[in-house]
Amino acid sequence: MLLTVPASLSLLFAKKSVHVAMSIVTAMVGLATAYIALDAPFLGVVQIVVYTGAVMMMFVFVLMLVGVDHREDLKETIKGQRWIAIVGAGGLGIFLMSVISRVSLPLSERVMGDPDLIAGVLFSKYVLVMEVLGALLISAAIGALVMTHLPPLRPRHTQKDIAASRVKIGADPVNRPMPGYYARHNALDVPALDPEGNPIADSVSRVLKVRNQTQDGVEFRAQLEDKENPELPDSSEVERGE
Amino acid sequence: MDPINFVYLAAILFAIGSAAVLTRRNAIVAFMGVELMLNAANLALVTFSRIHGELDGQVMAFFVMVVAAAEVVVGLAIIVAVFRTRQSISLDEPAELRG
Repeated sequence: MLLTVPASLSLLFAKKSVHVAMSIVTAMVGLATAYIALDAPFLGVVQIVVYTGAVMMMFVFVLMLVGVDHREDLKETIKGQRWIAIVGAGGLGIFLMSVISRVSLPLSERVMGDPDLIAGVLFSKYVLVMEVLGALLISAAIGALVMTHLPPLRPRHTQKDIAASRVKIGADPVNRPMPGYYARHNALDVPALDPEGNPIADSVSRVLKVRNQTQDGVEFRAQLEDKENPELPDSSEVERGE
Repeated sequence: MDPINFVYLAAILFAIGSAAVLTRRNAIVAFMGVELMLNAANLALVTFSRIHGELDGQVMAFFVMVVAAAEVVVGLAIIVAVFRTRQSISLDEPAELRG
């Protein structure tokens, strides 16, 4: 109680949002100790896990996301809104406390809110509520995804578009042959041979060409032309001729 | 300590949270005020559960926590979406849309 009220008062008086968030974390821890003092240890642990662990960290995360240096403007758009709000909230608090002071509730015997007892109530009497809450959590997650989803800035570039644009600028529509294709050599630095047996210079990687690590394949062409049927060298013959 | 004192604490926290919602301009801080009000209601539920000696109040407080977690997810997503379009999370500026 001594911890919770001053920490939550920072909600009204602290200037920076991060300070507010950290003091609300303190207030949540104070509330968790209050739950444990009220014989509800399960809820105390859940309070710490859910509120200080998940909810307030998400608040801090969003604060970092939108920028912590956003100052509040103190200009009032509704005249006297601050005083109306303070009087209204204070009046609400005084009203609630006066109502509480007039009731007297007899204290019954202690029932510890242990996890097994809570689970007994939760999954027998309130099992339908539990399932509805599961659906609510899933729809909340989907809603958050939809809400923060950005429409794409430019239309999606499909493979068909890429191929069409490549044909449009006059590039060769078929794939380049792999190095070593139709060749008698199985290495990346040897150019592929076309059906006439001439080396295709494009089939060797540009990097190897820059480094002068390629072979031109001329010696392999010479071996092909030595065959007795030089105009149609097929791949099986080339492989066998090794 | 008499558990009724925790009901007083819940009333005070609820008043502080509502004052924060009414006065603060920063959307995130106002949202934290909503969270504090939800927690005050939770504290009242748990206290009455202790006073009556039944577990239903604690189960209700557990449900409120789950709903509050879902609400935080959607609310913060709305804040992020508003910040993306308006570059501001002030609660006064959407009121200027009236023109």
